[in-house]
Amino acid sequence: MKSILRLTICLLFFWITNANCQSKMATIKGGSYIPLYGRDSLQVTIADFQMDVFPVTNKEYLKFVNDYPKWKRSQVKKLFAEGNYLIDWKSDIELGDSQSLQAPITNVSWFAANDYCKCQNKRLATIDEWEYVAMANKELPDARKLENYNAYILSWYEKPKTFNNDIGSTFKNYWNVYDLHGLVWEWTSDFNSVLISGESRKDVDNDSNLFCGSAAIGATDLMNYAAFMRYAIRGSLKAKYTMRNLGFRCVKDIIKKNEEF
Amino acid sequence: MKSFKNILLLFLFVLIHVSCNNSSSKKAIDDLVIYQCPMKCEVDKTYNHTGSCPICKMDLKSIAKPSDKIVDSDEISDESIFNLTTTWNTEEKETIVLEDLKGKTLVIVMIYTTCKAACPRLVADMRNIEAKIPKDKLNNLQFVLVSIDPDTDTSKRLKAFAIENEMDGEQWTFLQGTEASVREFANVLAVKYKEISPMDFSHSNIISVFNSGGELMHQQEGLGVDNKETVSKILELI
Repeated sequence: MKSILRLTICLLFFWITNANCQSKMATIKGGSYIPLYGRDSLQVTIADFQMDVFPVTNKEYLKFVNDYPKWKRSQVKKLFAEGNYLIDWKSDIELGDSQSLQAPITNVSWFAANDYCKCQNKRLATIDEWEYVAMANKELPDARKLENYNAYILSWYEKPKTFNNDIGSTFKNYWNVYDLHGLVWEWTSDFNSVLISGESRKDVDNDSNLFCGSAAIGATDLMNYAAFMRYAIRGSLKAKYTMRNLGFRCVKDIIKKNEEF
Repeated sequence: MKSFKNILLLFLFVLIHVSCNNSSSKKAIDDLVIYQCPMKCEVDKTYNHTGSCPICKMDLKSIAKPSDKIVDSDEISDESIFNLTTTWNTEEKETIVLEDLKGKTLVIVMIYTTCKAACPRLVADMRNIEAKIPKDKLNNLQFVLVSIDPDTDTSKRLKAFAIENEMDGEQWTFLQGTEASVREFANVLAVKYKEISPMDFSHSNIISVFNSGGELMHQQEGLGVDNKETVSKILELI
């Protein structure tokens, strides 16, 4: 009898540790909101989905490159990542001295982030989904109007090297998701839909982009400078770029029972 | 006996925790590729790893690796778009991978067929480029039009568009992907696009030229711009 009990406990531990290997996700209840740059500046509707509670960590990414050697620094195709890919790592499979296992992975390209999520049967969030979750503070699903919400994000922009901090070191928001603000910027699946880069002034068929300040004029909420910064960063990125303060997390669609066959 | 069980349990417990970690003690053996600053800031100094030049910050380029240059061999270089493994439908209802286009110089543009504003001009730009290529050289050239609206632009629709615009010859290929593969492809081309409403997108107007190995050689940005440079680049390649 006792040994059965022990076995159960043992199995329980096994299950818990296994569950920890797969990163935790929070369920996001969908809804409508007006993003900074909506389609025709109108409301967008978000369906229910699940989002990783934390950004992907160095430890998780280390496991990923071990499982998928094509993403090792020495083997990655130049088409998919520029020269600074994982530049702070000591080797293909060793972190740098100052890097913590629990810190968010950065210096990865969009292609790498996209493939990572695909390999976990997840995907990157769209800009609209990401912004939807990110407009929450601790208590409210939409805190964009609150002064201290914006002040918090802007104060983060001034703090150096937050990408070295461990995940979970910022606040837990309304949806039980951590670190959307205050740690790293994050890749989104359709970051290249932001048409406000310098390039867009000359070759994008959107007349509002003929003006240098068109991005700001097109914004629906001029007060939301913090979000404006995020869109500006996305507009300036190319998919093979890597940045020291740019990481990612994954999301997953919720498949309703009656949609399964 | 009891202590043995306990030890076994402890052992199992440790094992489980360790299994989460990866055996990352192996040290990778670096390839024998030599890298050098393309500007030769440090004259003849070379590196055995990728990175950037400490002086001018440019990416180090590999040297003494002739396989990079030969595009006619079976090897695909690191920067080739043929590294993309997604499948596409053509206007002839065939299913292809990009590598099937290997061997020809590629001129690629992203459009959508319901587009009223920029795409007709982009398509005209493509035809103007074609008109400047000598007829006997067209065999070495493939013009590829990739749809950014895979939901609407089916093989059938693309075929109709090709006929309507007199682009139904052998040298024209139209591709329908999926939402994810089109997004990925646009990222390779650094093309930006956004769905404004169903069947209406705003997008960058970029015509890209790839060599027969799938490496990006030239990009022409903008509408109705002088295509002299693009044409001379293509003539160089074919």
